[in-house]
Amino acid sequence: MAVCTGCSLLCDDIEVTLESGRIARTKNLCRKGLGRFRSLYSERASPRADGSEVDVGDAISRAAEILSGAKRPLLFGWSNSTLEAQQAGIALARKLGGVIDDTSSFCQGPLMELVIRGQMPTGTLDDVRNFGDTLIYWGSDPTSSHPRHMSRFSYFPRGEKLQKGFEEDRTAFAVDVRESPTAKIVADGYFQIPPGGDAEFIEAILSVLDGKMPKVQDKKRMISFVTTLKKAKMGFIFPGLGLVYSLKDRLDLFSQLVARLNEGVPFRVIPMVGHYNMRGFNQTLFEQTGGINQVSFADGEARRGQENGIISALDSCDAALVVGSDPVSSLPAAFARKLAKIPVVVMDPHRNLTADLARVVIPTALSGLEAGGAALRMDGVRVELAPVVEGASPSDAEVLARIREVV
Amino acid sequence: MVGAMEIYQLTPKINCKKCGLPTCMAFAVALLAKEKNIEDCTPLLEPKYEAKLKKLREVMAPLASASETGLIIHDEKCYGCGNCVVACPVNVANDPRGSAIGLGPKSDKVILMVEDGVVKCLNPKECRRFGPNRIMCNLCTSTCPSKAIEFV
Repeated sequence: MAVCTGCSLLCDDIEVTLESGRIARTKNLCRKGLGRFRSLYSERASPRADGSEVDVGDAISRAAEILSGAKRPLLFGWSNSTLEAQQAGIALARKLGGVIDDTSSFCQGPLMELVIRGQMPTGTLDDVRNFGDTLIYWGSDPTSSHPRHMSRFSYFPRGEKLQKGFEEDRTAFAVDVRESPTAKIVADGYFQIPPGGDAEFIEAILSVLDGKMPKVQDKKRMISFVTTLKKAKMGFIFPGLGLVYSLKDRLDLFSQLVARLNEGVPFRVIPMVGHYNMRGFNQTLFEQTGGINQVSFADGEARRGQENGIISALDSCDAALVVGSDPVSSLPAAFARKLAKIPVVVMDPHRNLTADLARVVIPTALSGLEAGGAALRMDGVRVELAPVVEGASPSDAEVLARIREVV
Repeated sequence: MVGAMEIYQLTPKINCKKCGLPTCMAFAVALLAKEKNIEDCTPLLEPKYEAKLKKLREVMAPLASASETGLIIHDEKCYGCGNCVVACPVNVANDPRGSAIGLGPKSDKVILMVEDGVVKCLNPKECRRFGPNRIMCNLCTSTCPSKAIEFV
């Protein structure tokens, strides 16, 4: 059985058939996971330094040179690396006195922080399968982002206390700005809200809980919705980026709603993390520094602050190490342009836009397929990864350890 | 997907009974259920029905890939999410430690499973829709987010 690192569900029931050392057939992989597995054989990165092809050793030496020569290096990415690589990355940032940040900085960070700090009640996906009878997909579309979420953990499977599964025992709702494939599955449980309308929707639920009339949506429908929430034996909310981006600095409103629901019945929150080990990085950095992202080790002390997030740090940093991420495609062009002005070292299994503009490219093994390690699933459960095929490139952790030796 | 009424419109509509069925409507239903072939309707092979025969062959062509239970899988639309695998009541009954609890199938008696990112139909004879005493179960198709599977 192999583990799929295509998304943060880390499905561990994947059957792989090898032929002459190559993956020939797979079972139980969704299309997203299949893409990850097939990426083994497409657009692999090759070692490069200052525009010319070099061997991996030279690329590592050049990377170490750039990073140790920088006054304030930025170490970014990490969500697609194993826990071991993340630990090596934090150690490297500490040694360099640099800034370390990951993709959660402009993703699920604010919500994940509440969960990791224990300020938001959370549970595991196994709890969802066994006990979660009322589910809310809020600003998330697991069918598209985590294809096996609904079938493996949340809506469809039979659980210990929910033997009749979705047919009778579970009720699911979706709150979204558009009728996503997930919304189509939950059908009558779908609430369409206008973009940015999440705060009003939360206020409407709170009004009904207070015995007042809701100001948005159909009143009868909202009352029936809140009644279902109040009758839940165990509820789960799966907030996606839609909710986090919409609430921005009003996330306390969501906390207030969760706290209010928890007065009656247990309601848990599991953020819909995208990359397979984003939670791993947040948790590891939190344990070591007290911050989940945006940490600077300047002057030998760990300090957390927005100025260390990639968006602000691009103005002050004079070199960058990007690991398993492609900020040039995911950030707006204005920020990507700033990245193009500083020397960038990329560690990635694949060619991507950031690698194209990087001064040094170090190809690494595809974790979970060519290199082992461990990762944290979106709910914080540790999953061990074992290599499935042999690869030619070193793992992220090995490369980072070698850079650390030199700097 | 084509329905019995549409097929009926393309039959001679003369109720000649030469196919062994009492009416052309019954023949259309049998054709859809794969119990009869187009060639069983001998009048349709006459030159005056040439246009109808051509059209009927056209509308029946996509049905060739359907299983004995009439299940058609559109590979290009499938996400491989496995909703159908886990929702299928026969999969649940035959594979309580695998697909019933959301994991990949562990029994070889399952009807549906995901291979290479696309759902495959393995044992159509286990399906509730198979045989003369069939139940018109549609849990696999109704849980599909992309309408990648359907019954004729």
